Order: sequence, then C-alpha cells, then structure tokens
Amino acid sequence: MTWVNVCGYATLLPERGVCALVDGEQVALFRTHDGVVHALGNRDPFSGAYVLSRGIVGTRKGEPTVASPLHKQVFSLVTGHCLDEPSVAVPVYRTRVDGGTVSVSVSV
Amino acid sequence: MVGYGPAAHRLVEALLERGFDGAITVIGEEPRPAYDRVALTSYLSGVAAEELSYPVPPGVVTRLNSRVTGIDRRARLVAVEGGEPEPYDVLVLATGSRPFVPPVPGAEHAHVYRTIGDLDAIRLAAKEATDGVVVGGGLLGLEAADALRGLGLRTHIVEMSPWLMPRQVDEGGGAVLKAHIEALGLSVHTGSGVQEVVTGHDGRVAGLRTPAGTLIEAQVVVFSAGIRPRDELARESGLALGERGGVVVDSAMRTSDPHVYAIGECAVRDGMVYGLVGPCFTMAEVAADRITGGGATFDGADLSTRLKLLGVEVAQFGAMEGALDVTYMDPVAGVYKKLFISDDAGTLLGGICVGDASPYGTLRPYVGKPLPAPPADLLFTGGGAQLDLPDDAQVCSCNNVSAGVVRSAITGQGCADVAGLKACTRAGTTCGSCVPMLRQLLEKAGVETGKGLCEHFEHSRAELFDIVRVRGIGTFSQLIAEHGQGRGCDVCKPAVASILASLHHGHVLEGENAALQDTNDHFLANIQKNGTYSVVPRIPGGEITPDKLIVIGEVARDFGLYTKITGGQRIDLFGARVDQLPQIWRRLVDAGFESGHAYGKALRTVKSCVGSTWCRYGVQDSVGLAIALELRYRGLRSPHKLKSAVSGCARECAEARSKDFGVIATEQGWNLYVGGNGGFKPRHADLFAADLTTEELVRTIDRFLMFYIRTADRLQRTSAWLESLDGGLGYLRSVIVDDALGICADLDAHMERHVAAYADEWRATLEDPDKLSRFVSFVNAPGVPDPSIVFETERDQIKPVVMS
Repeated sequence: MTWVNVCGYATLLPERGVCALVDGEQVALFRTHDGVVHALGNRDPFSGAYVLSRGIVGTRKGEPTVASPLHKQVFSLVTGHCLDEPSVAVPVYRTRVDGGTVSVSVSV
Repeated sequence: MVGYGPAAHRLVEALLERGFDGAITVIGEEPRPAYDRVALTSYLSGVAAEELSYPVPPGVVTRLNSRVTGIDRRARLVAVEGGEPEPYDVLVLATGSRPFVPPVPGAEHAHVYRTIGDLDAIRLAAKEATDGVVVGGGLLGLEAADALRGLGLRTHIVEMSPWLMPRQVDEGGGAVLKAHIEALGLSVHTGSGVQEVVTGHDGRVAGLRTPAGTLIEAQVVVFSAGIRPRDELARESGLALGERGGVVVDSAMRTSDPHVYAIGECAVRDGMVYGLVGPCFTMAEVAADRITGGGATFDGADLSTRLKLLGVEVAQFGAMEGALDVTYMDPVAGVYKKLFISDDAGTLLGGICVGDASPYGTLRPYVGKPLPAPPADLLFTGGGAQLDLPDDAQVCSCNNVSAGVVRSAITGQGCADVAGLKACTRAGTTCGSCVPMLRQLLEKAGVETGKGLCEHFEHSRAELFDIVRVRGIGTFSQLIAEHGQGRGCDVCKPAVASILASLHHGHVLEGENAALQDTNDHFLANIQKNGTYSVVPRIPGGEITPDKLIVIGEVARDFGLYTKITGGQRIDLFGARVDQLPQIWRRLVDAGFESGHAYGKALRTVKSCVGSTWCRYGVQDSVGLAIALELRYRGLRSPHKLKSAVSGCARECAEARSKDFGVIATEQGWNLYVGGNGGFKPRHADLFAADLTTEELVRTIDRFLMFYIRTADRLQRTSAWLESLDGGLGYLRSVIVDDALGICADLDAHMERHVAAYADEWRATLEDPDKLSRFVSFVNAPGVPDPSIVFETERDQIKPVVMS
C-alpha cells in the first residue's frame, strides 16, 4: 500500500472538504466534526462533474455524509454509497493522519 | 375550441403538454380568458379578476367577447358573430352550462351566480339592498349565499328538498349543516320553493313568494338551483343530444361527428352531466390525448366532494347508501360523520361528513376496498397518518392521481415537498383538499416530517430565526447542540447560515460559517454543470458606463469566459475555475465593481426602465430609484432570492409586477407591489400601497423585507409566503403599516444595521489570505488547473464538455 502525503491536518477545516490530486485521481477529503478524516472519489456520478469535495458535510441518522453540490444527492463518507439511491456509489479511499500530516492511499 | 372556461383552458394545456403542434384558437364569449370558478366568491372579497384568470399559454390565439352563432360541419367552419368565420380540423365544444332559472313570474328580475359579470351585477344590486335570498340550497346555492352575506345582506336560503345539500349529505347531515348556517345568522327555508319573484310599484324586486304563499322580503334574488348544459350550438348543427339536453359523447369525448369533441358541463356521458371541476378536467385530458393520437377513455368519474361553505366543512365520497352504516354525531360541536359499509362489514362504500371533513382525505381512497381499521376508529380519528394507502387508491380526484403515481414521483423523480409533487403530478393543484395526504405520503416515504426543517431540527425556519435572535446564538454548532441533533445537512446548514447572516451581518465565510454554505455562497459564484462557476458583478439598476462595460469584456476575453446578458440587466461570465475566481474579482474590484450576489439567497437585482430622464412617457426617475434600492438592500440574506424592479410609468417596461417587490411610478409618487413571481408558478404582485413618497416607499419596503426574512419558511419566495399568511395582504398591512404587532421600530432598526454593516464580499475575501487559500483546485497542487474541465467552441464562445 502506497501512502501519499497530501496536506497538513490543520489545513482541513471541520466539515469543509478539499480536493487532492493523488496518482492522477481526484480525491475529496473531509474532516468531520469528530476529527476523523474521510476520503471519497471527487467525481459526482450523477452529473459526471468533479465536485463532491465542495458539498455540504453533515450527518444522516448519525452517519457522516456529503451532499453533491449540483443536485444534492447524499453520499455516505464511510461507505461511499449514495443514501438516496443505494445502487450508486463512489470510491472510498483510506486515509491516515501521522504527525499532523494527512495521507491518502488510492491503491486498493 | 368553442367556449373558454376552466375545461377549455385545461384542454389547451394538455394539448401543449402532449406536443400538439397545430394552431389552437379559443373562442369565448366572456371578455376575459378562463378563470377559476371554484374561487369565484373570492372576487367579491377583493381578489382581482386577473388574479383568478388562468394565463393564456404562448402561441394560443384567443377570440374574446366573441359568440359563436353556428357550426357548418360540412365545411368545417364556425360562424362568429360580427367576425370572420373560423375554420377547424378538430372542433371542441366546451360551452359549459347556464344556471337553471325556473319559469316563474318575475324570474327575469333575478340574478344568477356563474360569471364575473354576474358577480358585478350582484355587487351593484347589493349596494342598495338590505336583504337577499338565494334559491337553491346545494353547493352552488350556499356559495352564493356566502357571497350575499359577505356583501352585508341579511340572507335567506330557499331549498325545495327537506334538507340542504341533498346531493352531498343525508337528512342527519343536513340538520347539522342547517344548524351551522343558522348560527351565522342566515335564514334557511327547506321544503320550500319559489312561486314568483315579487316586484314593487317601482318595478324593483321586493321579495320572493314561496308556494305556501309566504313572502320573503328581499331586494336581491339569486337563482342557484342547478345547471343546464349549453347545447344550443350542437342542437342547431344536428349533433346528438341527451334526453334531458347535453351533447352526447362517447368514451373518447367525441360527439356524433368524429371531428367534433365536447368536454365539460356541456357534455353528457352515459346520461350524466358532470358539474364538478375534477371530472371536467379529466374529460379535457382524455380529449387532448385522443386529439394527439392517444387512446385514453372517460368512463364516468368520482363525484366525491370536499368543500368549506360558510365556514362549515362538508364532504361526501363514494356511495350515499349501504347495507350497513356507522354514524358519529355531536350536535354540540356540530359534527356529523357517517360511513357506509358492505353487508359483511368488510368493504368501505362511502361516507358523509359535516363539520369535520378530516375522514375524507384519509378514507376516500379506500372506497371499494377493505376497511383499513374498525369503523369507529376511522370516524373518531379519520384514520390518521398510520394508514398505508394501496398504490391504486386515488389521492387527487380533481386530477385523477393515484397514490402509486405520487409514490413514484417521490422515489423516482426526487420530489421532496408538496410543491414538487404538485409540479410533477398535478395532484393538489385544483381544490387542494388532498394536500394533507400528499404530506402524509411524503412523511411515509421519509422525505418530509412536519414543519421541522429536516431530521436535525424540529423547528421551522421562522422558529429557528426567533431562537437565534432572542437567545443571541452566534454559531451553528451552538444552535444544533442546544436545539437540534446530529451535525446538520445540506438543508439546515444553508438555512441557518442565512439566519446568522441576516441577524449578525458578518462575512459568510467567517470562521465556522464557511462550512455551512452551499457551494455557491462558499465560492461567491454560481456553480455550473461541469463544476466551473459563473461570475456576476453588480450593475445597479442595469446602468453601466462604457468604461466598465469594456472592463467586463476584457476580463471575459482574458480568462476565456462565456458571456451572456442576464434577465436582471446584468452580465454573467461563465466557465471560471475556482482558482481563477480571485483573479477575476481582483480585476473587477479594481475597476469599481462588487459582488452582485447572484449566488446568494439574497437581493439579486433591481431592474429598471430608462425612466423620465430619457423616456417621453416616464413620470419618475426609475433608474435613480432602482440604483438607490439596489444599493440599500445589496447583500441582504433572506429565505430565498429577492428580485425587484422599478418602472417609470404605468407602461411597466421593467416588469415590476413579476418581482418580489416592484415599484411603478405614478404622477404623485410610487405604487408598491409585493409578492410577485416569475418561474414555475407565475404570480402578479399585489398592490400594497399607492402614491408613496420615496421616503415612505423605502420605509415600507424595509419592513416588508425584514418581516419576510423573520417569518418565511426556508426557500419560500415572497409570493408563497404572502399566500401562506393568515389574513394575507390585509394582515401584512396591519403589521408593517399599522404596527399591529409593535415590531416596526425593531424592523426599521434591523434594516439600518444591515445597511450600515454592508461590505463587498469579494473585496473582503481578496483582503483575507485565510479565505483566499481555499480557492485552489487541489490542496496538494495549488498551481494545477482541474484537468477534468474541458471546453469546446460553439458560436465563437466556450461550451462545457462533461465526460460521462
């Protein structure tokens, strides 16, 4: 597994996403209110646009989520599944925080 | 189309929806397009005829004030009195009905109650009258009685049957209904009738004599005792008629001539004439489907009704008799409810409600189906929200929409609220009685729960606004910790962000607030389908110097942006990546521009015509006022976007009546209109105050906006808000003109704080390195543009390409 450092943990503000370019993949990174860092594919499968990092972060029945900024479909930050249409999902990537640095692995 | 009432209007709409591409001509004898007859009585309480009218769809030719005198079926021509004949390929008769006037002496002195013209005549006659009598105690009769009462007359109702509304309720229900109506001060004469309309020596109406010889003194007599189909054209042109009149149609709504259809109250199907709007709309849909090559059929219709007459709810659904019945009666509260069920007590056959129609909404869809609960429970509670409707149960009888169709609109088409369902399915758009059921279906589908904003807050937006204001709450985290649950979502976060901005006036990207904003507010620009943004600089009132126009052109050229003139007299620059936005703003801000808030639920634009400075018709300086208003209210965050316009004379070139607040110049000052809207459901703004000075105008708009911001629902435009206010425009006037709630000083101070605190959001962002650092495509590669953004060229400008 290859880890790629993307930014300092302090760069991630609570409940605001950023996008990182990792091995050519666009990765949307989110720091939730509890401090956990989640990573999903940045591409919104409904529109085809690379925008998920710019969605609103929140919860649905306790599960951390992001809503696509285009048409507001809600995705689980944990499973990548669209909670409004369970047959649709986006990739989930592993993250780790080490010494104040956030890294992502896009290899499976 | 001959006849221009609601059925004809619906047919035109249905034809256009089905892609009918032929020419459509509608010939109507009234001086106006079709209007909502169900709401006719509201005309007498001040609603303008224009507001009741249905808009004429684009491309449809109307010939108003025109009477058709004959049909030449061989030549396919209709003759129009005093005009050119009209040729047709397909003719639709929608001539409606006329009120039945019994042939008694003096009948020519009586009024009828059907058209706006009839109402004008009644209103005029009522001016010199003290007493009125309505002949007919059915649905239309009670409606007319309500109108006479509203005009201040002592009102009598004369009905031949032993009880009121014999077609909707039984004797027990009729008695309860009568008690309600008498309690309002009306006199009810059942089992009676009309012998003659009595006139005095001066020839004026003096009263009505009943068959028993009693004289009911009244100066206004209204006949409202049933309808007769207007079938004279069909009769003269040899079309088949029903035994008791009406144009005979088959299940395709075709008459005996396959080129001629008949719909609405003039048509008779299987011996029945339908006088309710629901079946008439269904006929229009069927005819439209057939004309455009479909195979729809009309095989009779549900005559269930639910209405509120003289303040009393009355409902009837399904059959009015059955092997078994269960009755609940409370003469003290004036409630009567009865259900008819099959002999095995298993199937619901129908029901009658007076005084409380709540079972109607829940139980009507179960007619002909197994009882969903014991009858007594159903009568007491109406069944409540726990019932699961079968998919084939009809929810909206006006528009024939089943529960299954509503459910698939919720799950398949993403309808998330009642408004969405109305748009998608048409359910609830006519009489509105099924709206509670739509809400229930939404709740069942987990979409909408009561008035709460979302799963995180049980409060409405207005309640949250008060909580934040009264408790002085400064952050979303504090609000959700103390008054909500979870961590919010795309519904509540932007709503709370807007409340915080309205109350505290800070920058929308300050601190935690940034995480609440929808992407548009987050990047102070409008997201487009490929993830790029568009930029709209403010051009107050639409006035701009050549130098500034050149700057916009240069910026667009240098950044390769697509440019388009907006409907709000501004210029939109499309195709900017997030990392380009600050560079674009820098150029614009340096040239004296600021944010136009095109991205925000905020004041957008105050459009203007050129006004008295240049225009030979203008009576006031509309551009000057528009600029002043736009600069006053710029940046004001509100429940939804706000649009405005100022016209310099009554010609209204700025289209101010389609705006949330619109101003039209008069010789004496300004007229203020509020609650207008374009969009999906256009609404003309209502005249709120006339001939105001500029100072009065500004103060009134200040209060209007602040009261709206405090009390509207999330994403509720001023038009819907105004309609939702109990007491409507009169109530709004009492609050912001007469200060009935004692809050005007507070509203004024609130607006003053907004005006004083305004700062350009673009400039503030450019001056703050922390905020600026977010404007990159990639956090780990700030200089790299997003490779997914690709354009091609169309008409010499860029156009987005989205990779699928």
